[in-house]
This record gives sequence, C-alpha cells and structure tokens, in this order.
Amino acid sequence: MTSKIKEFPGVALRESDFAEKKILYTTWEPNARYAWDAGIAIGRYLAELKQGRIIGTRCHKCRRTVVPPRNFCEWCFRPMDEWVYLEDYGVVNTYSITYVKWNMVRVEQPILPAVIEIAGASKGMGIMHLLGEVEPDEVKIGMKVQAVWKPAKERVGAITDILYFKPVE
Amino acid sequence: MGLRKVAVVGAGMTKFVRRALETGKELAYEAAKMALDSCELTLDDVDGVALGTAPEAFDGVHMKGEYLSDGAGAWRKPFMRCYVGGGTGVFTPIQGWYHVASGLFDVCLVVCEEKMSSCQPHPQGAFLTIFDHSTERPLEPNLLWIFALEMNRYMHMHGLQKKDIALVSVKNKRNAADHPCAMLGDPNITVEDVLNSEVLAWPVQRLDVSPISDGAVALVLASENVAKRITDKPVWIKGVGWSLDSAYWTNRDLYYPKYVEYAARMAYEMAGIREPRKEIHIVEPYDPFDYKELHHLEGLLLADKGDAPRLTAEGVTARTGNMPVCPSGGLLGVGNPIAAAGLMKVAEIFWQLRGEAGKRQVPGKPITGLAQAWGDLMQVGTVVILGIGG
Repeated sequence: MTSKIKEFPGVALRESDFAEKKILYTTWEPNARYAWDAGIAIGRYLAELKQGRIIGTRCHKCRRTVVPPRNFCEWCFRPMDEWVYLEDYGVVNTYSITYVKWNMVRVEQPILPAVIEIAGASKGMGIMHLLGEVEPDEVKIGMKVQAVWKPAKERVGAITDILYFKPVE
Repeated sequence: MGLRKVAVVGAGMTKFVRRALETGKELAYEAAKMALDSCELTLDDVDGVALGTAPEAFDGVHMKGEYLSDGAGAWRKPFMRCYVGGGTGVFTPIQGWYHVASGLFDVCLVVCEEKMSSCQPHPQGAFLTIFDHSTERPLEPNLLWIFALEMNRYMHMHGLQKKDIALVSVKNKRNAADHPCAMLGDPNITVEDVLNSEVLAWPVQRLDVSPISDGAVALVLASENVAKRITDKPVWIKGVGWSLDSAYWTNRDLYYPKYVEYAARMAYEMAGIREPRKEIHIVEPYDPFDYKELHHLEGLLLADKGDAPRLTAEGVTARTGNMPVCPSGGLLGVGNPIAAAGLMKVAEIFWQLRGEAGKRQVPGKPITGLAQAWGDLMQVGTVVILGIGG
C-alpha cells in the first residue's frame, strides 16, 4: 500500500513560516503547583537523610534489603519486616557525562549522574544521584564513592541533603 | 483459549515531521482515513476504536484521548485510550486485537497519534515529571540521562565501543532514505558522522537518538470472516505479549531488558514459535536510541546477550541480510512521534509481509515478522507478531 501512495498527508512547518508570520498559534504558560506527601517509607528515608544517614528496608521472605525503602515488598507483596541502616558509600553501577539539563539547556561543566549501589543493601540496589570532586574522564564503573553531605544545619530532609558522591579509596 | 483469529487489513500514516501544520486531531484523521480507504471500509463498518497517545504534558491538553476521539473515528462508538509510555504504539494494537479476538467486535480501528512540538521550548522538559517526585525529581534529571546510564551499563557489561553501536544509526537512517514519510533519511551517513556529532549525555550523542516528531499512524483490524471478505491478503496477528518491570529502575541491572524477554516469550508461545531466530524473518524492534535496537534484539531472544552488535557489523540485520531489522528506517530514521512511531513498526511489518513496501521491500518473501516497543520508566516491553498464511 505504501508503494502505491505518491503523496502522504502531513505538512512540515519551517522556521521561515514563523518568521514570515504565516502560521497562527496560541500560547499558554501553566502555573501548576503540587505538594507531594513523602509517604510512609520515603518519609522515613528523607527524615534519616536529614540526620546524615541512608536507610533501607528488608523483606525476610525474599531476603532483599532495598533502597530507596518501601513499606511493602513488590516481589512478595507483603509488608517489609525491618528498617536497616545502610552505609553512606557504595560503588558506581553506571554513569553519564551529560551536557544538558532537564530542560535541554546546555551546560559548560558536565553534570555526572550515576546509579550508585549502596553498601549494606542487597547486590544491585542502587539510587540515582550525582558524582562530584572528580574529573569526568576519571569516572569508572565499579569505582567506590562516598556521600558528601550538606552541613547538618542546612539539611531539610530531601535527597539533595546529599550534595553528590565523591571517589574514595 | 477460545480466541478468534484477527487480521490486519489496512494501514495508513502521515509524514513524520518536526512540527506539523495539522493539529493532533487532524493528523489522527488523516492516518485513520487512509487506513480505512486502503481496505475500502468506511466509519460505518467500524465497531470500536482503540487510541494510543503519550503524555498529556506534551500537548498541554488534559484528557487528550477525548480531545482526539473525533479525529480517530470514534464518534458514537465504543472508544478506549491506552498508554504505556513509549510502548504505547505496540500496546494499542494489542488492545484492538483483544476487542476482536474476544468476539466483541468484528472491525476495530487502531489509531496512534503524537504531537510533541506543542511543548515549548523543548518537549524534553515535560519528561522531568515522569521521575519519582521525592527521590529523583529534586536532582533535575533529563530523560536522556537514564538512557545514557543504561547505554553505558550495556556497553560496560559487553565491552562494547561507540563505533559498534553507531552502525545501527547508520543502517536505520540509510534505510529511512527509502521511506516516503521519513524525517531523517540519509543515504550517505557514516559511522564517523555519528561519532563526531554533538555529545548530549555521554555515551549518547546527537545522532544516537531519534528526533522529536509529530505524526500519526492507523491500522484496521478485522475478524477472520470479515477479513476474508475484504482482502485476499490478510496479515494475521499471530501472537501478542507485554510485560512491565519494576518502577524502581535503579534496583535493576539495566544491561538486559528482562521485561522484553517476558513479553516476547508470551507472544512466541501464542504464535507457536519455538525457534524465533529461524521463524521470525523480519524485525522492527524499538530504536529510539541506536543501542536500544541491539538491547531489544537480545531481549527478544533474536541475538545472544552482547552479540547483536556483531550481527549488525556482519550485515545480518541489513535490509538484504538474513534477518532484516528496522527496514522501515525505524525511529532513528523515520522519526519518533512516540505512540505513532510504535504503530509505524507494526504497519511496516504489515506492508512488508504483503509485499507492498516499495523501495523498502526486503527480499525473500518473508512470512512472519515481529514489532516491539518499549517505554515507561525503562520498564515496559510490548510485542506483536504478524504472519501471512495459516
């Protein structure tokens, strides 16, 4: 069928169409505001971050210690059994050297997002965070990194209470 | 299972463009009308409509399904909208399939539409809101970041280099040069062009990723008795599958898409396929990034883990190879209006199996093909297997 059709519908607009004001359009800037309750499990997680600690939860049935913590095990579909304090260091599972912010605005100094497997949790249990105090080309998968915390007075109970993770021996 | 046979009997699509003059509703109409015309049906023949379209945030139109419904041919008909992020384009025909397989409808119109260009200044900003609001969003992630994280993990686990992966982008953009609706077809692109393109979020560079696009695609599905009345070339839906992994994406090893394997196994079982590498002749895996085609071929069990780059380098996945992959040109070449891009893959298999793909036609008269899409927070796999005969 595609082979029989000579001209498909769909008109591509060009920059010049807008420059020459050939195209009519309307605009709108939403001002949407939300307040998200942290919930039971992440509420405790954030409260512990404020104290300078990372906490996970453990399910005795599948024997996983997970982070970020949840109050139910999504595998066993039952309540988690206990809270477990984890280390504030871990290893880089994967990373990126990124030159774009969330809104595609370019940055000069690259941002280094990573998945960091947190020590004390089960193998492969990572969180997303940023790396710092490291040259981009020196980052390696498997590198040991430690949380750099905001000063205690400045912590508010947020994932950003950890500024970034930096390499350690 | 007591399911009725379901055929694809018609297909239509618009051009995929960066910014279309048409509204989403108008794009949906164009694709739906072309699909109905292609099998000489009218809206009166349609019993129900399944629509797929991605986040409201792109359009700034809440209840977008209802907004689009008139363009999708849903006036006074049973209508459903479904959505699993990037997986939507192959998920929507699955909804249409069980409408017909169940015996509820004889003819179901399946429409997928996306108009990403409305979101200003760049639709990527809308993706911030898919991340967990307490644990991730305060870090201001860009969706490209997580693909970069997944790509890097995939490369690390298999010892791959960027040049191994760039071959996919080159193949697909060259294939797209033969697609009349394509945005980024380029018969002359080289691996060096990809490797020298702007770094966005290493290892992701500009030419590793598909473009922001507007467009629509539609299919007509029919029960066996109807299909045999209206065409002598019905293309049967032999199997469907889908699976969703955990949204705790940082707790999974991203190097392998297990959920795609589950979706594929479900579809293979339904289709009676025991040896997919011999029985699947043509593949349209989801390729929003070049590494994703490789990742998905492995998840679909069509390549060993880490071996898809070798198949690509050896030409196995070329249009003239033993297992043509993305002969359409894929998302990398044709474009990526999210839901429409997935359905474009199903339409491509339909046209290829009917021998109607024109310059894109693969040799060797394939009889079985597979289309797959992927999405949500890197967690959903959706699979449709089409076949002729039987």
